[in-house]
Amino acid sequence: MNDNSAFVNDTEMKRLFSRRVLFASIVAIVVGFMVLGRYFDLQVNQHQDFVTQSNNNRVLMRPVSPPRGLIFDRNGELLADNKPTYNLTIVNERSGNLEVLLNDLRQLIEISSQDIYQFKNRLKRRKPYQNIPLKYNLSERERSILGVNSFRLNGAEVSAKLTRYYPQGPFFAHVIGYVGRINEIENRNIDTSLYRGTDSIGKLGIEKYYEHALLGKLGHEHVETNARGRVMRSLSKEDPIPGANLELYLDANLQRTAQKILGDKRAAFVAIEIKTGGILAMVSTPSYDPNKFVLGISQGDYSELVNSENQPLFNRAIRGQYPPGSTIKPMFGLIGLQNKIITTKHVIDDPGFFVLKGVERPWRDHNSDKGGHGEGIDLAQAIIESCDVYFYNMGLDIGIETLASFSSMFGIGQVTGIDLHGEQPGIMPSKSWKKLTLGEPWFDGDTINVSIGQGFMLATPLQLAVMTARIASRGSQIVPKLVSSKNGVNYTKNDNFPITPLDIHSEYWTYMHQAMRNVVHTPRGTAYRIGKDLNYLIAGKTGTAQVISIDADKEYDKTQIDQTKWDHALFIAFAPAEDPKIAMALIVENGGHGSSTAAPIARVILDAYFNEVEKQMLVGG
Amino acid sequence: MYKSDFVRQLQTPGGGIQLRRSIQMDYTLAIILLILCGMGLLIIYSATGQSIFYVRRQLIFMLTGFFIMILFAQFPQRFWERWAPVIYLIGVIALIGVLQVGVEINGAQRWLDLKFIRLQPSELMKICVPLMISAYIAKRAIPPSLKHVSAAVILISIPVLLVVRQPDLGTALLISVTGFFVLFLAGIKRRYLIGAFVLALAALPSLWFFVMLDYQKQRVLTLLNPQHDKLGAGWNIIQSTTAIGSGGWSGKGWTQGTQSQLNFLPESHTDFIIAVLAEEFGLIGVLTLSALYTLLIGRCLYIGLSSPSMFGRLMAGSIAYTFFVFVFVNLCMVSGLLPVVGAPLPLISYGGTAIVTLLAGFGIIMSIGNESKKGRSVS
Repeated sequence: MNDNSAFVNDTEMKRLFSRRVLFASIVAIVVGFMVLGRYFDLQVNQHQDFVTQSNNNRVLMRPVSPPRGLIFDRNGELLADNKPTYNLTIVNERSGNLEVLLNDLRQLIEISSQDIYQFKNRLKRRKPYQNIPLKYNLSERERSILGVNSFRLNGAEVSAKLTRYYPQGPFFAHVIGYVGRINEIENRNIDTSLYRGTDSIGKLGIEKYYEHALLGKLGHEHVETNARGRVMRSLSKEDPIPGANLELYLDANLQRTAQKILGDKRAAFVAIEIKTGGILAMVSTPSYDPNKFVLGISQGDYSELVNSENQPLFNRAIRGQYPPGSTIKPMFGLIGLQNKIITTKHVIDDPGFFVLKGVERPWRDHNSDKGGHGEGIDLAQAIIESCDVYFYNMGLDIGIETLASFSSMFGIGQVTGIDLHGEQPGIMPSKSWKKLTLGEPWFDGDTINVSIGQGFMLATPLQLAVMTARIASRGSQIVPKLVSSKNGVNYTKNDNFPITPLDIHSEYWTYMHQAMRNVVHTPRGTAYRIGKDLNYLIAGKTGTAQVISIDADKEYDKTQIDQTKWDHALFIAFAPAEDPKIAMALIVENGGHGSSTAAPIARVILDAYFNEVEKQMLVGG
Repeated sequence: MYKSDFVRQLQTPGGGIQLRRSIQMDYTLAIILLILCGMGLLIIYSATGQSIFYVRRQLIFMLTGFFIMILFAQFPQRFWERWAPVIYLIGVIALIGVLQVGVEINGAQRWLDLKFIRLQPSELMKICVPLMISAYIAKRAIPPSLKHVSAAVILISIPVLLVVRQPDLGTALLISVTGFFVLFLAGIKRRYLIGAFVLALAALPSLWFFVMLDYQKQRVLTLLNPQHDKLGAGWNIIQSTTAIGSGGWSGKGWTQGTQSQLNFLPESHTDFIIAVLAEEFGLIGVLTLSALYTLLIGRCLYIGLSSPSMFGRLMAGSIAYTFFVFVFVNLCMVSGLLPVVGAPLPLISYGGTAIVTLLAGFGIIMSIGNESKKGRSVS
């Protein structure tokens, strides 16, 4: 389009521009004077009215904090509660002289220099007339001292506040987590307008993951004050909306039973309800008391926890990464069958060791000193007796790439998607993984190590429990989850977590279930000792994971090495074997053998679970 | 052809003496800005209940802003004209970034967390859009043809729509206003102007029914009758008009305003800061501030009028009027003439990105000013 009206001459352009500037400036001046007219009207004409209004202005708006949502187990047992505590707070503007006030207060009650330091930090970030906490959790005596002296403590106030309380103490610390005071980094990342009524925020566990749901919505209160700003009475109130109550899949009884029997061992236990994928129990021992963190943990308590060599703050269930040992044999067996590398008829001879061409050092079976598992070992037998040589052979034939890609469908080598932060992915090694992380090519020897769950392979107890649940459910796409409902309505945040479906032939599942049942219920099974006097059937698999590698010509001798280097004891199981309800994984760090340490503990926990189920059925019937 | 300039500069003798002279900026503009920023700090100190914390933070933002302003003033005007599309594109990408990974504050996603600094790209767009449109239109025939006007409208609407989605209706409107000023100053035909005006009027009902969210409608209704909901939505307006009105001619004195100091006034250090000024310094304070603003805008227009290039005129002019609109909207909002839209008072309100962006914009204007001075000395 050729526009004829366009200028070519800069003088003409400039003239047009100047005209527009003139026009716009006139408009601006006119509307500008209109606004100033408004200010003139307010400040001069109506001045007296507003002065009166300002002098009578006694109504303040104050935030009213919502109670935080409660957390219950599946039977309605309370796991996280709120209870009132009394805090000493200060409004700087009303104190007159802050230093004098602080001095007066210190003479009345004990205030540590730590308290003062934190108070001054908060003071810097405050809004005018904000209540700044000086000391939390006043005792009854301190409250009465302050009450008696309140007339001369202008600016100081004792305020009641709901504070988080965990009635179960250490039993749920790793799952529920805890709330603590909002720190500076968090303060930068939250919408501070939502937190005007509280100075706590979920730091860990459910408390953190479901912070948004638990927090609730701030209410407002209009209060009348006297001329100096002290609150006289409440005029109107917009009630806060309490945080949502969460119900978990957890079974508090099962959780306590598991934690009690594990005691102070470094161990982790995870149980999953197969029907729902709900976590029935998640234990990491040793544990700690989350209540210590709520109002700020003392330096001494904290360094004790941090420096303890058993690392009680470490959630082993989702963050501990261990070599899974023989517990992955059922999974690898299924992968072998499905990929037609082996059949159920396939047998090998096991002399007690395995030699790879070109490698001098043989791979030993765990019972090599007894001369191996003998001749004609099939897959079932290799599971029941935990024959390593069978898996060395099969693993090599399957190849690491197929092992890796199929294992991921069982949940190994990636996060499971549980509704908690900080879950570790473990390691399912592959050729590209080794190239990337170590810069080295893959060797057949690496595959052999992986085929019995050693070498580079690492898994978390949660991953092993998920793997077991997927085996027990014949390949259901189970995503582990903790929260079942919010205010009585079904609710989980991780329902859409993507998983690749497992497609394995039905008869292979049946075969593997049978083999795992025989681990517990036939005399040659590695967990036979726990099968006695059972009124239900367990299908399981033991595992004993090496922490250090022992030279081929040396014997592993517990008495010769440091306890922190002893083998890890593992056990995975589901029950009842014929119609699985529960799947579990247990690891006892440096516990020795899976069959002698882990399996008996698992038996006690499972017994507790089924006794409870039976009791409830009796009550129900 | 630009290289020859560069070579000539290199050959200029006496580099040491040149250094002082080579920091080029418009001192008139700089002095007005300094006074305004100083006033801002004083009022922030009072509005935050004498908190040195906020003053210190704002001071750091101001220093950063002044540094960027002086830096921007050193670039030749050609630089801005040539790189405008790239700057615009970066701004748009940042806006998309906000929608993807932005941090949510008060239910709206406006912030981009770059770890070391939180950015509000919609704020940057207030400079990027006029820059882009000025550069685009200046190269075309003046007054712009329908084709070029349409292209410019598209360039304006992309960031505007992105900001609407955050959702931040107020800023979106302000950004479109900046673009509109460029077109207006470029001499866009009267019939387009009238057409646009009619279109805007016609769009109002659909804006109300389809775009505006409930809380936004509530603010408009509150404006019409603040007494209706005294303790709820009308609260802000009642408190701010009380603060302004009780200030009178000369005010209650610095840090002596009861409305501001006793915490009746909401957002007293950000959007409603003019109420603190009006309460504590009275109408005289308001008039002083207005005079300073007028000087600032006048200086920008002067730079625009004396610029030898179309780009320079459009950029300086549009920034000047945009600045006027910011001030105007804020003064109206606080005194209850416009709904509460979340518009800070330029250079006075507390807030990092806003002040840095504004000062960066003035840096570009200074760069335009340097050009016209050069033009004068040659002729």
